[in-house]
Amino acid sequence: MVRMNPRTGLVDVGRLDGNAAAGVLSGLFRVDLTAAVVACRRCGERGPFAEVVAELDPEGLIVLCRGCRHTLLTYVHGPGGASLTLDGLGAIELPATE
Amino acid sequence: MASGVSRWLTATVARVAPATPHGRILLLDVPGWPGNRPGQHLDVRLTAEDGYQAERSYSIASSGDGETVELAVDELPDGEVSPYLVEDVQPGDQLEVRGPIGAYFVWRETQDEPVQLIAGGSGVVPLVAIARARLASGNRSPFRMLYSVRSPEDAFYAAELAAIDDPGFRVDWAYTRHAPEAWPHPLGRVTPESVARDTIPAADDPLVYVCGPTGFVEAVSHILVDLGHAPGRIKTERFGGA
Repeated sequence: MVRMNPRTGLVDVGRLDGNAAAGVLSGLFRVDLTAAVVACRRCGERGPFAEVVAELDPEGLIVLCRGCRHTLLTYVHGPGGASLTLDGLGAIELPATE
Repeated sequence: MASGVSRWLTATVARVAPATPHGRILLLDVPGWPGNRPGQHLDVRLTAEDGYQAERSYSIASSGDGETVELAVDELPDGEVSPYLVEDVQPGDQLEVRGPIGAYFVWRETQDEPVQLIAGGSGVVPLVAIARARLASGNRSPFRMLYSVRSPEDAFYAAELAAIDDPGFRVDWAYTRHAPEAWPHPLGRVTPESVARDTIPAADDPLVYVCGPTGFVEAVSHILVDLGHAPGRIKTERFGGA
């Protein structure tokens, strides 16, 4: 879904990043994931969770590798419960807490 | 200032002020807010009478201790949350917030490196928080901000940024549609040439913070890497959604 704001001319390509996904996932992981380093099981890319590709909608979110666009994790929630799938997420490395 | 907090807090709108023709600054009183670092954001949740809920992330323009949080919100015409925040919400109204969120796109007073801030549109909000924190601190690291906006009237915090009087902090502007009279540069999106002209060179190894719509952030990141900045020295935060 590509939309352009008619007033600002800014294009919303419907894709955000791990910063925007962190709040939703904080209920699951109990830590702020943004500074965690995540690794893609498919292409091996490693980087901060803040920089991954994220698509959010009212039903949940999908997180993709910035390197190869492979799905890293999928989170779906609704009245019937929630489901987390760690599709291609190879590792989550958490920094020491301050 | 704890991070990783997942609980929702009730915020009361304390003050609203117009900022641009389609944007507004909101001050929220949030009892229980643990304080936040410059660059962090929060999630806002609205609940309709029928129970439908909508959540969106907004960057925080303020930082430090205290239970008052400043947001600056740009209205997206087909949005679910931003039109309410910009057009409808009034002092005394309540909404839910979750945060602060973010351990990556933050600046710490103890950093001693040059910092380049690059904003597109309302992406300036977390960078204003970082700029304010730098100016209020004893930190004297060289700072430079490049702020790309459609026109002068579309800039958030324009007067505050224009009033920065610090030899170590320079603000550069880029205009995509309309510029002030006698503006010396061409209108349009930032280019490799304009970024090279208006930012700290890669040779100085600045830490770069880029925030704006997804397309803007992607374009700027590519330009920075092409100009010789190490990808690991570029921190990005994207927004889009309505």
